[in-house]
Amino acid sequence: MEQAILNLEHLSKSFDGKKILDDLSIDIGKNEFVTLLGPSGCGKTTTLRMIGGFIMPDEGRVIFEGKDITALPPDKRHINTVFQKYSLFSHMSVADNIAFGLKLKKKSSAYIHDKIKYALKLVDLEGYEDRHPMSLSGGQQQRIAIARAIVNEPKVLLLDEPLGALDLKLRQDMQKELIKIKNELGITFVFVTHDQEEALTMSDRIIVMNQGLIQQIGTPVDIYNEPENAFVADFIGESNIIDGVMPKDFLVEILGIPFPCVDSGFGRNELVDVVIRPEDMEFQKPGSGMLDGRVTSILFKGVHYEMKVQAGGFEWLAHSTEAYHPGTEVGIYVKPENIQIMHKPTSAAQEVINTNE
Amino acid sequence: MVRSKNFFMKFYLALIIAFLYIPIAVLVVLSFNDSRSRVVWGGFTLEWYKTLFHNSDVVAALQNTLTIGFGSALIATVIGVLAAVGIDAMKKRSYSLTLGVGNIPMLNADIVTGIALMLWFSRFTNLGYVSILLAHVTFNIPYVILSVLPKLQQMDMSVYEAARDLGASSVKAFTRVILPNIFPAVVSGFFMAVTMSMDDFVVTYFTKGAGINTLSTMIYGELKRGIKPEMYALSTLIFAVVLIVLLLVNYMPRIRQKQIQRKLQNRKAAS
Repeated sequence: MEQAILNLEHLSKSFDGKKILDDLSIDIGKNEFVTLLGPSGCGKTTTLRMIGGFIMPDEGRVIFEGKDITALPPDKRHINTVFQKYSLFSHMSVADNIAFGLKLKKKSSAYIHDKIKYALKLVDLEGYEDRHPMSLSGGQQQRIAIARAIVNEPKVLLLDEPLGALDLKLRQDMQKELIKIKNELGITFVFVTHDQEEALTMSDRIIVMNQGLIQQIGTPVDIYNEPENAFVADFIGESNIIDGVMPKDFLVEILGIPFPCVDSGFGRNELVDVVIRPEDMEFQKPGSGMLDGRVTSILFKGVHYEMKVQAGGFEWLAHSTEAYHPGTEVGIYVKPENIQIMHKPTSAAQEVINTNE
Repeated sequence: MVRSKNFFMKFYLALIIAFLYIPIAVLVVLSFNDSRSRVVWGGFTLEWYKTLFHNSDVVAALQNTLTIGFGSALIATVIGVLAAVGIDAMKKRSYSLTLGVGNIPMLNADIVTGIALMLWFSRFTNLGYVSILLAHVTFNIPYVILSVLPKLQQMDMSVYEAARDLGASSVKAFTRVILPNIFPAVVSGFFMAVTMSMDDFVVTYFTKGAGINTLSTMIYGELKRGIKPEMYALSTLIFAVVLIVLLLVNYMPRIRQKQIQRKLQNRKAAS
């Protein structure tokens, strides 16, 4: 990481006796795209609001460019926010919305005029100055909200689930748009989302949170390929999470069957969680894989088929571009590097959330 | 069957309207009647309106009614809007408690409010213009709160945060973002307060002291000495003013909306 622009130090916060954030520390670098990712109630929005100045932490400090800004109100921070519900001023035109911050700073009208033009161009809405926010579509309102924030030239832009209300196609367009805007402006983005795909697509670094605690910090590739615990593995994409034992380094026993793997450093015969991504499940002829199973269901998902396979008393999830219909006998093979070994959860926050039960 | 049902519906409605408006119509007619009798039509005259405006007591009472009405409404609106903002931000329990306490003056019998305020004011000051004004401010505040609070609750308060985020102090965020959004409710709260103040008799009667009158207390005093036709004229005028204000309040938003629509259409046509 380059030099840090923002340091969150030991932030804690409780609401009505319930701990929302527990001793959270994060350093955010200049020009970095950081995503806070987690299920609702994990504390990600609370963290963002502390950076924005809307919530005071019970404990801990927010350091911005080396200065303690924990007690500074939002209007005194060089940080702007794009709100979840856009929060445009409905009694003002698009131009007045964008000019709001600049007028408060008593900028010249020529400067404001240029800035509005520049910002609207950046978000692809040239010529919308006189329109009324309520007459715009959700995606357009979102762009105006972004324009309104960036004309103030913040050093850090906070985005609170800004794409949550948009439909899939629009969301994907906006993701690219946001990356483009970020590259053009060269400022730090702190992005909050519960959408793992969004996080993987856009971020330089992802901070996975659950129950007020950081579960893992890493690049999207790290987080996807090497989840540190069952929660992260489950939250970032689909996966088979199964109990295993490590009799020795580079070998894990799953359902009593030895699987070679690339992990080491666990205790002898330590109980572990094993993660195998569905796309890493390879099907061969029965008898030639590590264990045999029978396909029980198949779903067409567009790019691939999603199969459930009963094998060794466990229901495996598998993705493949080829269709294996229910009743087919298959042999399952997993490459050693595709097996991810994790320590057993030591707290509830590290466990899988059971959403389908 | 359906036809007779329809007929009764219309008849019932006509009856209600008749009961409500015939007495007022009679009053209006009598105010132009060139005869002191209440049953004989002596021809059209504006005589009573003339004597009315030459009566200095009436003019003074009218002045008091207007200044107290608008003055108390203005003060109550300022206090009420601030109170509503505060109540809106409260948590559920203190919210309903404060709102309940705030509404008591409105639900309370006027006579109790009147006597209580009289006792209270006479302890500190002479009863007169100021005590009437204070009394009216007191009973007007709940009406303003009641008008403004729903609008505040409807409003998405994240726009306040957005304004703060863009560099507005809490006061500026309020005046530039919150106030414009709730302004229609503030105006209607203000006019409701004006109406309540002008309409009030009981509280005014107890808090006014000697030598000062509003229209309602003056009319009451006059009636004790026998009904004069000037009073018909005065009542007709009050009714007319209220009617005009009501029409304005009801139709202004619609007219304005039409203007805005026309403007938008013109703009679209131009571009």
